[in-house]
Amino acid sequence: MSYTKYIDENFINGNPEFSALRDGFGRGVVKAGDENEKVLALCADLTESTRMHLFKEKYPDRFFEMGIAEQNMATVAAGMALEGFVPFISSYAMFSPGRNWDQIRNTICYSSLPVKIAGSHAGVSVGADGGTHQALEDLSLLLPVPNIEVVVPVDANEAQKATVEIAKTASASYIRLARAKTPTITRKDAHFELGKPYLLWESESPDILIVGAGPILTEALKAALELKDFGIEVSVLNVHTLKPLDSEEILKHAEQVKGVIVMEEHQTVGGIGALVAQLLSKHSPKPMRFIGVSDMFGHSGKPEELYREFGLNCKSTVASAKELFFES
Amino acid sequence: MITDAQLEKLKRTSKKIRIAVLEMLAEAGSGHTAGSLGMADVFTLLYFHILRHKPQNPNWGDRDVVVLSNGHIAPVLYATLAYAGYFEKELLHTLRKLHSPLQGHPHKGSLAGVEASSGPLGNGLGQAIGMALANRLKNGPASDRFFYCLLGDGELNEGIIWEGVMLAGREKLGNLIAIVDRNNIQIDGYTHEVMPLEPLKAKFESFNWHVDEVSGHDFIALENAIVEAQATLERPSVIIARTVAGKGVKEFERKPFWHGRPPTKEQLAEAIEGLEHNQ
Repeated sequence: MSYTKYIDENFINGNPEFSALRDGFGRGVVKAGDENEKVLALCADLTESTRMHLFKEKYPDRFFEMGIAEQNMATVAAGMALEGFVPFISSYAMFSPGRNWDQIRNTICYSSLPVKIAGSHAGVSVGADGGTHQALEDLSLLLPVPNIEVVVPVDANEAQKATVEIAKTASASYIRLARAKTPTITRKDAHFELGKPYLLWESESPDILIVGAGPILTEALKAALELKDFGIEVSVLNVHTLKPLDSEEILKHAEQVKGVIVMEEHQTVGGIGALVAQLLSKHSPKPMRFIGVSDMFGHSGKPEELYREFGLNCKSTVASAKELFFES
Repeated sequence: MITDAQLEKLKRTSKKIRIAVLEMLAEAGSGHTAGSLGMADVFTLLYFHILRHKPQNPNWGDRDVVVLSNGHIAPVLYATLAYAGYFEKELLHTLRKLHSPLQGHPHKGSLAGVEASSGPLGNGLGQAIGMALANRLKNGPASDRFFYCLLGDGELNEGIIWEGVMLAGREKLGNLIAIVDRNNIQIDGYTHEVMPLEPLKAKFESFNWHVDEVSGHDFIALENAIVEAQATLERPSVIIARTVAGKGVKEFERKPFWHGRPPTKEQLAEAIEGLEHNQ
């Protein structure tokens, strides 16, 4: 029972660095721009907040300020992609894809264009800004749409790598970002491959599989450590790419265990839990538990207070694992 | 400049396109008649006189681009593309049928000459703006590629249109030329009743656009307006083309009823006959 090769030393030693997904994205989009001059960046008046200012500073001619107009930003990006460019568009997830879903679906995805959508400030970890700004439905909006990749990085390092990788694909992509600084779990040099889940924590004969994506997996790792003391062995699988979903890899791990816990900082309807449940119910039904937000809006508070309030933490994960272990 | 001979040819072509539109719609059994007939002259002028394009090489990098934002008038786009030589005219009979590249609303990727997906109103203008911005980045501000965006007047109710209008004005997108199909009707009635647009010219002007207002059925006036728009380098242009919805078929003209209805097979012969007499 241990961390895998992907985990950063400082995290293992209990002294992790803290960095926000959006910071990783900001660095990633610059790198993507270094690698391909066709990469453009568009923002809707949140340039520094989404960390696109790094790109703007380096490539001012390839940066476009769209004003507070997310719908138009999406269609403009579609037009740029039609002319052969790879535009990144960034805003808060509540507004993009929240406000411009029609444009993303009908002008980007329907035409199969490589527009890269970065939705920052997703999840309750937005904190003080409250329910209006805490996107908890963005995955539900995009997972059912054809021709789009959906990526939820676990930390800033992964956000940077994922940003670089999605810039290379021919389809539309959505990368889900968060505002808050969260622990850097993965090593800077850890291998990242779009569409390939990997274990953050592994056990020789796991009893429980924890599947999820995003910084919430920090809590999964805390739970894994705690459960060790109860003699419950778990695996923690980071499914950073929800679409296309590597069904085989998930099934491979799920088949070994008694029960599966899915963790996400998102509504439990239409998110990762639904995706995994659908997969397992067809191929390998297992008792499941869902850590997420259940049909509620977020509200103001500190991220850690909100995690606690919505049960998006180690405590509820441990409780769920015990239920699955002892009751099923 | 349009010579007399060219003018006659344009008129003949637009009549053929109107007939094709009526036939396609009658065969499909659904679709939008009024706007398709109303914009037939604008389409004819663009594809047979204005555009720099190569129908046999539809993705030619130096082409001018037409984005149809009000995608529901796809029949007139498809008929024009077929007559311009983008694909075989026989395909027109497949409009709205299973597996046809002639989707009910335009789908980019299915059919040669369709430059963007559209239909949900408001979404074409931003795409045309994006193309024009991308072109300026690629080919510089002196590029003489033009990006035409055709808009319905009812479509101007959409907020996203004004997001785009604001952006194009700020960007001084001289290569962008919008043409508004000002036929005064939308599904729920007349535009001045549903959602008044006037003073429309002043609205665009206040966003730093060059505006012209002409008849959408007068080839010479339309051409003059487009030439002037092309020569306006520091501002995007919009031509408010006053059109008659259902133009050419007296029974259909100016009636919101015909916005989203096709002629029946019985009405078709009558409509075509009326068209022959009208023009």
